[in-house]
Amino acid sequence: MAQGNNSIKKILIVAFSLCIICSVIVSTAAVALRPAQQLNQELDRKTNILNVAKLYEPGMDVEEVFAEQITGRVVELETGDYTDQFDADEYDGFEAARDPATGRTLSGDRDIAGLTRVENYATVYLVGDPEDPEQIVLPIRGQGLWGRMRGFLAVEGDGNTIVSITYFEHSETPGLGGEVNNPRWQAQWEGKEIYDEEGDLTPAIHLSKSASGEYEVDALSGATLTSNGVTNMLQFWLSEEGFGPYLAKFRSGTEPEDADDTDTDFNDVEGA
Amino acid sequence: MADVNVKGVLVGPIFQNNPIALQILGICSALAVTTSMSVSLVMALAVIFVTAFSNLFVSLIRNHIPSAIRIIVQMTIIASLVIVVDQILKAYAYEMSKQLSVFVGLIITNCIVMGRAEGFAMSNTPGMSFLDGIGNGLGYGFVLLVVGFFRELLGAGSIFGFTVLPTVQDGGWYISNGLLLLPPSAFFIIGLMIWVLRSLNPEQVEENEFKMKENTKPKEAV
Repeated sequence: MAQGNNSIKKILIVAFSLCIICSVIVSTAAVALRPAQQLNQELDRKTNILNVAKLYEPGMDVEEVFAEQITGRVVELETGDYTDQFDADEYDGFEAARDPATGRTLSGDRDIAGLTRVENYATVYLVGDPEDPEQIVLPIRGQGLWGRMRGFLAVEGDGNTIVSITYFEHSETPGLGGEVNNPRWQAQWEGKEIYDEEGDLTPAIHLSKSASGEYEVDALSGATLTSNGVTNMLQFWLSEEGFGPYLAKFRSGTEPEDADDTDTDFNDVEGA
Repeated sequence: MADVNVKGVLVGPIFQNNPIALQILGICSALAVTTSMSVSLVMALAVIFVTAFSNLFVSLIRNHIPSAIRIIVQMTIIASLVIVVDQILKAYAYEMSKQLSVFVGLIITNCIVMGRAEGFAMSNTPGMSFLDGIGNGLGYGFVLLVVGFFRELLGAGSIFGFTVLPTVQDGGWYISNGLLLLPPSAFFIIGLMIWVLRSLNPEQVEENEFKMKENTKPKEAV
């Protein structure tokens, strides 16, 4: 290492050129591999949907079973009716929330799940016959302790009984909040009920330190803030802000209808 | 490490100068990712790739690296390689990358990579540095696979996911040892490995830095 290497000029030249070369390599890798990664994420999403609906078995052909068993539909959250304005395979509610045309900003006290913005339309996945689904898989998301958590909640066709819950994206502490994906904890959700007898759109389901009854699930030990996050996102997504109106139709026995008799302007909707 | 020859740099780090067993480097990831053989193998390959190429690139520009910023230059090279590895895993081995999660990213802070870049590549030719990186990666991978073998076999009754000892849960006879799936078990196995390696190569045994005094006798304490 010659003495000349330590001149300020040399240091700056080496630092700059190294940064440029490395950033080119890293960004090339990121861009070139993105299609393959997206394919994997898509497969992972489908696997998660099958998993939460308890249809997944290791080694199965995910694409095939998904195509056979699951129908994606886009729901207008406000009315709870289906819309054909978007293609369920293409539509991404997460992206749509950011778009002023398809999302809205939540004001402070209504934003219990820490979302800031929420989409007006969301994709639901119907298991079995789309006219009379065995299960409904709902996407949920919200703030955990360290960051946003995204997952799926599977509800039975009655629109009230929970089948399972899973998170496919979270950054909670492994071993504490990360236990949201522990099968033993997930198993507790089976058979729990979302709404109480009162019949309004306020979900009764929540996590509790000493869970008892059909509206309570054990909180994660050592992860109070993650547990609060899970409760808040369920309270939000199952309320009238979220899938409340949609699920209410299943509970009252009337299937969600096409949207043409309500206050929407879309003409290209079809019957559900 | 005065003599630099191909065999020495490539094979030496596996048994004679193992980065984990002798230099006690990179223990944390060895504890974390060795619950199963396949995860250990992927992690080992990732580390071999990163050490080899970081050594190569650091060695290539070693005459131009200002000593004042040499650590950060090495870090930049290592970090870029790790991100590339992470991206490749996400694209072609998604399940594996989910299992390895943060530990791929943490290769950046793996002392072996940094130690070889600073300790070997900065003062040797690119070719030798590349081989040294492979050698040290192999040494690391060797320990990982041995630890992974025992942890998966005794903890889950399988090797590379194939059932060898059918566990009671699956209707077999083997009662799996849950401790081996927890990180502390890797400490025990690495400790036993170091014992075996140092028994075979007595020159690896370190001299005592201090001598333990005999226990105080009860009589003296009164």
